[in-house]
Amino acid sequence: MELLSHLADGFATSLSPLNLLIVILGVTAGLFIGAMPGLGSVNGVAIVLPMTFIVPPSSAIILLAAIYYGAMYGGAISSILLGIPGASTAVATTFDGRPMAQQGKAGLALIAAATASFVGGTISVVLFTLFAAPLADVALAFGPAEEFALVLLAFTTFVGLGGDDVLKTIIMICLGLALSTVGLDLISGQPRLIFFDEPGFFSGISFLVLAIGIYGIGEVLYTIETSKSAPTVTPAKLTFADLWLGLKEVNKLWKTLTFGSFIGFFVGMLPAAGATPAALMSYGLSKIMSKEPETFGKGNIEGVASPETANNAASTGSLLPMLTLGIPGSPTTALLLGGMVMWGLVPGPMLFIEQPDFVWGLISSLYTANLAAVLVNLALIPLFVWALRMPFTVLCSIVLVLCIVGGYAPSQKIHDVWLIAGFGVAGYLLRKADYPMAPLVLALVLGPLMEKSFRQTLIAEQGNVLAFVERPLSATFIAISLVFFLLPLLKYAKKSSRARGASNEPAK
Amino acid sequence: MTYNFTRGFALALAASAALVTAPVAVAEDWKPQKPVEMVIMAGQGGGADRLARLFQSIIQKENLASMPVLPVNKGGGSGAEALRYLKDKESDNHVIMATLNSYYTTPLRTDIGVDIEEFTPIARMALDTFVLWVNADSDIQTLDDYVAAVKAAGGEWKMGGTGTGQEDSLVTAMLENEFDIKVTYVPFKGGGDVAKNLVGGHIDSSVNNPSEALGFYNAGKVRPIAAFTPERISVFPDTPTMGELGHDLVYWMQRSFVAPKGMDPAAVAYYTEMFEKLNASEEWQTYTTEKALMADFLTGDELQAYFLDERGKHADLLGKMGEGS
Amino acid sequence: MLMADRLIAASIMALSLYFMWHAIELPIGWNGMTGGPGGGAFPFWLSVVMFLCAAGILIRSLRGKSNYSGNFFDPETLASVVSVAIALIVTIGLIPWVGAYVALPLFMVWYLKIFGKHGWTLTAILSTATPVFLFFFFEVTLKILLPKGMTEPFFLPLYARFF
Repeated sequence: MELLSHLADGFATSLSPLNLLIVILGVTAGLFIGAMPGLGSVNGVAIVLPMTFIVPPSSAIILLAAIYYGAMYGGAISSILLGIPGASTAVATTFDGRPMAQQGKAGLALIAAATASFVGGTISVVLFTLFAAPLADVALAFGPAEEFALVLLAFTTFVGLGGDDVLKTIIMICLGLALSTVGLDLISGQPRLIFFDEPGFFSGISFLVLAIGIYGIGEVLYTIETSKSAPTVTPAKLTFADLWLGLKEVNKLWKTLTFGSFIGFFVGMLPAAGATPAALMSYGLSKIMSKEPETFGKGNIEGVASPETANNAASTGSLLPMLTLGIPGSPTTALLLGGMVMWGLVPGPMLFIEQPDFVWGLISSLYTANLAAVLVNLALIPLFVWALRMPFTVLCSIVLVLCIVGGYAPSQKIHDVWLIAGFGVAGYLLRKADYPMAPLVLALVLGPLMEKSFRQTLIAEQGNVLAFVERPLSATFIAISLVFFLLPLLKYAKKSSRARGASNEPAK
Repeated sequence: MTYNFTRGFALALAASAALVTAPVAVAEDWKPQKPVEMVIMAGQGGGADRLARLFQSIIQKENLASMPVLPVNKGGGSGAEALRYLKDKESDNHVIMATLNSYYTTPLRTDIGVDIEEFTPIARMALDTFVLWVNADSDIQTLDDYVAAVKAAGGEWKMGGTGTGQEDSLVTAMLENEFDIKVTYVPFKGGGDVAKNLVGGHIDSSVNNPSEALGFYNAGKVRPIAAFTPERISVFPDTPTMGELGHDLVYWMQRSFVAPKGMDPAAVAYYTEMFEKLNASEEWQTYTTEKALMADFLTGDELQAYFLDERGKHADLLGKMGEGS
Repeated sequence: MLMADRLIAASIMALSLYFMWHAIELPIGWNGMTGGPGGGAFPFWLSVVMFLCAAGILIRSLRGKSNYSGNFFDPETLASVVSVAIALIVTIGLIPWVGAYVALPLFMVWYLKIFGKHGWTLTAILSTATPVFLFFFFEVTLKILLPKGMTEPFFLPLYARFF
């Protein structure tokens, strides 16, 4: 009951007229920032953070929450409309969101993404409200070995994605992992794979650079070639009836949504993991559990809803270690943490006891911001869909300019823009030769985490490889990963034994 | 679009209002003409980053600069990326860099063609302290208990810290030399990560900065054993210093600002004055006491002499460590 | 198509070798004392796997066990793709020199007017609106400065006005 009264106090502040205005402004700004390829919640939070010293602290928290949510919703917009994930958390959304947009169902995909995000956000905020304190201990139980097992699990839910050529899939995974090692070897502190002695490689290859290159430039080049100058983006129309229809469609996915919310919240809560693996796992698991897994990647609405629920749930979840342990799970939460320090708050286990006003004010802001985000987003969908009706060459020129600027913005290095162009051309050629792109991008995202936790565990355990299976949590995860890894292979073997003789592909 | 325009104008208004009212009295009449880039030698979210962003917000809040100061993280290669960048910015009056100890260690460890002697020192804001921590559940109460426990573990004692060759590993090497012990050093990505792994029982001890472990300390989850400072730290009055226990171990993390080679002296004067005001600000003074930082302001030639002296000390330390072992 | 498949496989093999050559600067073996693989182990062994798989694809295609047919490039549209790629590279090359606010509008003029064959009105509107939008969105609102190159002095009054 104490909890409810805290929450009521929080709501009283977050629902004042000034704060409501702030929420709507913040959500809209966040939405547009998140919709830009290359920009995400981190940019939004970075600009408003210094401003928060001017407004009263309670409004400041609300503004930050609103920007944070707005940007999370916005990430899906560029994934669906342009096929360029605005942030690593939205990669999985492109898999089905982009095909849907190409089939003229952009409006439906956007509605699905918005409502799924809302459900994910809501369920996770409720979980947060109820279990914040005890869950902090779960996050503490996660050492390097568990981290490794979790990343492995996120990876294996994706094996056999799209049923591509096995050799080519392995090449792309290895390439992504190898590219993820560029820069600094954290363990020995030595620089490695500094190509051409170029200082730009010291900071490694960022996920955004690869994603903008492949999904932005590469995609545009590919479309130019295949479209023969005719537009491929089917113009989408959207009426209120469609909106209603879309909501009904999403309503059927309640199982996926609930499931995604839980996965998202729990994975997001773990300090090292965050929203990206959460979204990927949710997508992979929905595909495995689906009755028609072959429709995934070809414009299945479930493939949009599932990762979007999870990444929104995870972004709420990732506030948990930040508040209770003082460990940021993402660059955005790192900035929020910096903000809290500036307000004179000490994040850590005592925060809930010493600063209940702040904590519950934040939680109630999350409820408000989430609701505002879904409403603003739904209201703006017709505008986004309308943008798709631009002539193809106009859209392309704008997309290319945004790719260049969006690639430059996060690191402010022209080096990264060159890399984007390089990845764009390489991605275009590889794609034409039927190399799958998703494993490459995923490997680059998960690679650094995987290598780091693997080697940390081995150092701590004096090189004992069995350490991974001796600890109950990590052993469980590894066992589940094995099942996921073998599952598609079994299916594949069954299929190919049935189709033996007809196929000239060597079965593996 | 409309929104951005309005916001743009609102900001412009605010900025011009600030220009009129703010007491920006500069010794010389040099003023930044465009936003000032504040390069941070570390990635987002670390202690150095948080501090640099704290400075930025105080500067903005107190109107200490006529143009915005924009933080840019260039943490690649333990700061190698930032150092190379600053070298390329010769004579640029609109770049300053927030440094930490990798300012000297990185050029010592890998040849990146940068001589820190060439850069222009601006101001040293603070010295951060180091404390030896163990999990509060352990039986270790004193330094003697600690040394005994490490010896008993026979090299399997897990010491967590930031990347190899960085400050935490130097402090660990100092401990190993002084007490003739051997630990397994597990590198993590940042101090917060180290503290969490200590509380979660995944490592046995750490040498975190107080600010990184303070939250857990207040909750009674970690225990300070000894401080690597000449005098006791005010927030941990009961924690002895290494010196009191008869071991001459002192190590600081410096937090300073430098500028590229050949910066206009008038610009140097402008930034120095900006940081002087920052140093005097109430926010900064409160922050340093709360977070157990030593606000030790130093500028100009004295700061350069300090840098060179520290570089020499670190060269010895790294040499003793046998580099990377 | 077959030729392209082989060429790509061969380039991946070359790339793997380049990665391996870089990776061996750091230890690539397993060191029981310091716990597990050295700093170069991950990139090295991943590159080895990459090399072997690419070799597998090459051998497969040489043995004729490939089901590809037709041209790798579409001869009708290849010219468009190449010209867009070149325009992009020229634009990026120009950015550090003449700044984003000259290079990007130039690119848009080329793309819309010459490549897309749109009218001057549309071209003019879009290529003026884009830099204005970029300035207000990135520089004024987000405080992310875009490269200016030699156009820097022209922006000083704008900074004084908007910051």
